[in-house]
Amino acid sequence: MSVERFPVEAGHVLTFARAIGDDNPVYWDPDSAAASEAGGLIAPPTFTIASAQWDPDYPLRPKPGVPWWGSGARASGEPVPTGGGALHAEQHFTYHRPVRVGDVLSAAARPGDTWEKTGRSGKLIFREQVTEYRDAAGELVVTARSVSVLRQPLEGSA
Amino acid sequence: MTLKAAEVKAGDSRSQVVADSLTRTQIVQYAGASGDYNPLHTDEPFARDVAGYPGVFAHGMLTMGMTARVLTDWAGDSRLLTFGVRFTAQVWPGDTLTTTATIREVTEHDGAPVALIDVVTTNQDGTPVITGTATARLDP
Repeated sequence: MSVERFPVEAGHVLTFARAIGDDNPVYWDPDSAAASEAGGLIAPPTFTIASAQWDPDYPLRPKPGVPWWGSGARASGEPVPTGGGALHAEQHFTYHRPVRVGDVLSAAARPGDTWEKTGRSGKLIFREQVTEYRDAAGELVVTARSVSVLRQPLEGSA
Repeated sequence: MTLKAAEVKAGDSRSQVVADSLTRTQIVQYAGASGDYNPLHTDEPFARDVAGYPGVFAHGMLTMGMTARVLTDWAGDSRLLTFGVRFTAQVWPGDTLTTTATIREVTEHDGAPVALIDVVTTNQDGTPVITGTATARLDP
């Protein structure tokens, strides 16, 4: 996913660190972080994935006035959009420098390889995507490579 | 904390429980923080009745985030150069996950010492849910 503006905010880093169960003060306590080797608040290693919050078109988030395929009183019956049923197969990060609270990053995504495997239960379609996160000066901060897998049942099977 | 090259060697290892009976609430918490609200992770009727899974399951990135903690607790904050994983099995509510990080070798990168670390997170049955590697900068 590409995002023009991904401001790294203290409250977002705090809630992300809480969600992964990491109470390291370098992610939430400015004084402790300033005294640490990091020199200030930084984000956990997997935080850049949360740039999804800043993608106006991110498909895996309900939006006002747009049908959602999750359930209310019962499952809505809305079709699952392309990619909604895909699973995460691999994720790789290269860190050029720490992500710091106060950074305003951009994310530029490009498709990588696509490949297929056929197994007993059907065809597996793998798709690679490479995302470069850069700071306001245009310097690389994190390079992320993800591989998703979509299962396509064999024709004639359930 | 930080690690000195002279203080670590290939085979050094540490293990940590990163999820003790994972709750649906934590999965929802992660959906909110990450922005990934895929109903497969947050919506039991959808995951079960429409998608055909036994129920909701954790985001792979939640498990990767919990796994990363073992690396940063060991190697120090802002010490990782790379971190990559494969997601090898799904993580379900109630799972207890243990991450083990093992130094494969101490090497050099741009003239500075670096640890190459194998990492695996397994569930309560011993099944790996994540396998991967990381590299971390060491003090000389």
